[in-house]
Amino acid sequence: MNFPILSTIIFLPFLGAAFIFLSNQKNENKSAIYISLFTSFANLFLTFFLWYSFDKSLTGFQFIEEKNWISGLIKFKLGIDGISILFIILTAFITPICIISCINSVKKRLDEFLIAILILETFILGVFCSLDLIIFYLFFEAGLIPMFLIIGIWGGPRKIYSAYKFFLFTLLGSVLMLAAIIFIYWSMGTTDYTEIYKLKIPQNYQYLLWLAFFSSFAVKTPMWPVHTWLPDAHVEAPTAGSVILAAILLKMAGYGFLRFSLGMFPIASEYFTPLIFTLSIIAIIYTSLVALMQEDMKKLIAYSSVAHMGFVTLGIFTFNKQGIEGSIFQMISHGIISAALFLCVGVLYDRTSSRMIKTFGGIVNYLPNFSLIFIIFVLGALGLPGTTGFIGEFLVLLGAFKINYLVAILASTGVVLCAAYMLWMAKRVVFGKTNNSIISKLKDINYLEGSVLILLCLVSLVFGFYPEPLLNTMDVSVNGIIENHQNESVVNLIYKN
Amino acid sequence: MEYAVIFLPLLGSVVTYFGKKLGTLFSQIFSCLMVSIAAIMSFIIFYNGLIYDNYGNYLIFEWIQSGNLKVNWSIKIDPLSSIMIMVVTSVSALVHIYSIGYMSHDPHKPRFMSYLSLFTFSMLCLVVSDNFLQLFFGWEGVGLCSYLLIGFWFKRETANNAAIKAFIVNRVGDFGLAIGIFIIFLIFGTLNFEEIFAEVSNFTKTNLSFFGGEYNAITLICVFLFIGAMGKSAQFFLHTWLPDAMEGPTPVSALIHAATMVTAGVFLVVRCSPIFEYSQVAMNLVAIIGMITALFAASVALVQNDIKKIIAYSTCSQLGYMFFAAGVGAYHIAMFHLFTHAFFKALLFLGAGSVIHSFKEEQDITKMGGVWKKIPYTMVLMLIGTLALTGFPFLSGFYSKDAIIEFAYLKGTSVGYYASALGIFTAFLTAIYSWRLFFKTFFGSYNNKSISIEKTHESPLVMIAPLIVLAIGAIFAGYFFKDLFLGNDTTYWGDSILFLNYIKLENIPLWLILITPIIITIAIPISYYLFIKDKTILNGVKNSNIPLYNFLVNKWYIDEIYDFIFINPLKRIGIFFWKKGDQDTIDRFGPDGISKVIKYVSNKAIKFQSGYIYDYAFVMLIGLSALITFLILN
Repeated sequence: MNFPILSTIIFLPFLGAAFIFLSNQKNENKSAIYISLFTSFANLFLTFFLWYSFDKSLTGFQFIEEKNWISGLIKFKLGIDGISILFIILTAFITPICIISCINSVKKRLDEFLIAILILETFILGVFCSLDLIIFYLFFEAGLIPMFLIIGIWGGPRKIYSAYKFFLFTLLGSVLMLAAIIFIYWSMGTTDYTEIYKLKIPQNYQYLLWLAFFSSFAVKTPMWPVHTWLPDAHVEAPTAGSVILAAILLKMAGYGFLRFSLGMFPIASEYFTPLIFTLSIIAIIYTSLVALMQEDMKKLIAYSSVAHMGFVTLGIFTFNKQGIEGSIFQMISHGIISAALFLCVGVLYDRTSSRMIKTFGGIVNYLPNFSLIFIIFVLGALGLPGTTGFIGEFLVLLGAFKINYLVAILASTGVVLCAAYMLWMAKRVVFGKTNNSIISKLKDINYLEGSVLILLCLVSLVFGFYPEPLLNTMDVSVNGIIENHQNESVVNLIYKN
Repeated sequence: MEYAVIFLPLLGSVVTYFGKKLGTLFSQIFSCLMVSIAAIMSFIIFYNGLIYDNYGNYLIFEWIQSGNLKVNWSIKIDPLSSIMIMVVTSVSALVHIYSIGYMSHDPHKPRFMSYLSLFTFSMLCLVVSDNFLQLFFGWEGVGLCSYLLIGFWFKRETANNAAIKAFIVNRVGDFGLAIGIFIIFLIFGTLNFEEIFAEVSNFTKTNLSFFGGEYNAITLICVFLFIGAMGKSAQFFLHTWLPDAMEGPTPVSALIHAATMVTAGVFLVVRCSPIFEYSQVAMNLVAIIGMITALFAASVALVQNDIKKIIAYSTCSQLGYMFFAAGVGAYHIAMFHLFTHAFFKALLFLGAGSVIHSFKEEQDITKMGGVWKKIPYTMVLMLIGTLALTGFPFLSGFYSKDAIIEFAYLKGTSVGYYASALGIFTAFLTAIYSWRLFFKTFFGSYNNKSISIEKTHESPLVMIAPLIVLAIGAIFAGYFFKDLFLGNDTTYWGDSILFLNYIKLENIPLWLILITPIIITIAIPISYYLFIKDKTILNGVKNSNIPLYNFLVNKWYIDEIYDFIFINPLKRIGIFFWKKGDQDTIDRFGPDGISKVIKYVSNKAIKFQSGYIYDYAFVMLIGLSALITFLILN
């Protein structure tokens, strides 16, 4: 591999953003839209090519690129395996959708908004590709900035509060992660992930380091009780911001758990499993109940995201095939379904400037096509078999049941609650009587909105009935994680005896 | 052909939904045609299986593969599934045709037909599954269609609430089913029926520690599977959604909430007979819940006034019969009752629909009466349905219901004796409430004030014709199929049902054979007298037993108890977590608290930066003296 495809994928959006910045003289939005669409679609095709040329049967990383950045200190090292490639595709897939969705809904400073989104895409792709801890950290934290700006500039009435809350929460965890990375560098002499993976971090260091990484990932996931920034951020963020936040940004933490916590600290990961299980269960039940009583649709979906991410963290720490594959699948599925739900709320918000459930009612009379799609995504979110949501949840619960009956059963109640809050919302929004005269004047979705939503809908249904392409891609890499964990546990036993 | 049976309804559904522009007539004819072809094919499949032993498993494609979990989409044709396919497609085809007439005034006909076809597809997926996961897919799929169809008239608040209630109560059942599936996977490492059933006998001694206790794994599996079955088949504790589900259009009630979907639970228990046979505890549980439901639902049906709700409770009660048949090990009789019940209950529902149609959407039987001359066909058809339901000799219900009671008696266990006694008593109640409905609807005085008797009219042929077909089934299905299903030396079931010790239906005491037919025949004049001739007696009974009457009218207060125990507290906890948990605790001590503290501290710190030299000098002095003190002390 001579052609640096990963760097190209990462920096292409950045290049696009730079073009928009330079070409933006007369405040013309058209060129900005074309450039951003062109770069994001080009990137999507590149990632498809990447998927096509990716060898699913190999363990370890592929398409590795390595350059010295600061010689002797930081290497710019990239590489992907069967897990990260799925997230790269998800990112590249969601970005053009965001761009399309914001063309009509963002009224001011559209070009700058597009720049922010493209730069964000660069940072997120960087997170999923980087194999060096420092590079990872830089991308991971840099992602905060465009998101902070998106909420703070294009957000709703309480945007400043939400933006700062978002920033403070996420930064707080990150400081500890930075300290941990510096410590790893001093004790191991490298920040290269593959090197550390081979060298093994001594057991007595693992616990604290794990906690430091955990503090960062837990905030980003978000896990209970550090989840309260998410509903506020979602409510205030513009639609495209919410979509990126829910669909991709949250997945960085799940990915981080899988790649770094499990990979570098297997013993500590096992040691802290009860903590993760407890927090996940609380997240699932607690936030489901909170979601039940929400009056704002975006808040409801935001809380449901927390519950769904609870399934993800639960699955990752089962350390078995079904659990881990389930949680990866759940992340992809949530990326698609929650993105679509936020887009749906965006469609309503663009028309009525309201997200309150009580504003609506009986919209099926006036927006029949929209209602059909909305209901399909509601069903996807509550995990109906035949959508991707089911496969993720089912595999996670199956995996969890092997480890601990009680945890799995408690988590399963979340599925019942999820049906309750989702359907109740759908009932109050889509069905029932119309008691608001604005509703009857609304127009159904246009072709642009429709095509985006139908595309997401098809993706969710196709992979719900035929998940093999995704499961197949991650198969070998997940086996690698499990093997590593098992080997380490054996070491652990010997060490103890 | 096996593929066609499953996918034609799906094709019908999709084309009908998205072909709105092709016109409502096209959509109706197309969906009817698809389901009818499927129904004809299902007869051929049944015939081929019966005569040529033509069974098999047809793979569609692989669904999930994750580690040792391998699940396929496939079509399993065996004696059990071929009967179910036949019942589902034929009742569905008749209901499709009937709907053309019944829904003729509705503006959303294509959507309705599409949902019906989609339901048929999901139900077929459920019955032809060769593994638990595809079964679960069908299971939730029919739940979804039921949700959509109950809430079909979405402008009605009650219909929406009923739809959500149905889905969520079913989800509670599905939760049990899912846990059952998890345990199966844990123990057997597969979800494929054949592989599991082959291994069951090796695991009868396996124990699982569960919530601190040790339980037999097989029993746990059965109990959790049965919780799933209870949800779907509206058994006691999880029955509350079924009567409310009557908010949906009547054809839906006939198809989903009488003939097919609600019997999925019975199907599940029968399908898993190779597991249930190894757990006496679970079998007894099934039998007891079945008995309670049969009695409970029949007692409530006695005092209801909504024609559809009476039939709904009757369905609930008959499902109870099927479960206690399965619980005492009479899986084949449970299937037989399911089979005959599909005919006469669909007939009753569609007949009730015809009555409602004549009265222009009136469902209260106290506002009917005396119209039998105006709607003679409907009356005769309802009469056949009622006779078959009550188990009048030589109609289909007679063969299946009596067989259940006799089998339970022959079983010889205490559960069996209780079951047969309760079965006879419930049969009596069944007769009373059925005849009450029949007489109050068609005989006596005309009680409707909103439309005059002249305006009531017979339903069109497109509605009556399917009823006639069902009536033929209700009369003859029992007689013609009893040898095949129940005959003492029938080999029809093959491997699809497992009996550890098979009990033959012979040497039945004469009194047992005679008692039920006699009781239900006596019930006819009694109810005629009580409900038509002399209503004062009943009013007297009612007035002297007001608490009991209220207890029954309010359906044993189950809904109120659930509201009190689950729904309201959950809502309150939700608000509590949101307001007190997230906002007042986490945010107050978390980000808001920290930012407040920082503000406070910086406000204080500002005061040090006053800009006056003597302030700084003073602070320096204090610092210096503190430092010196520290050094001296060391």
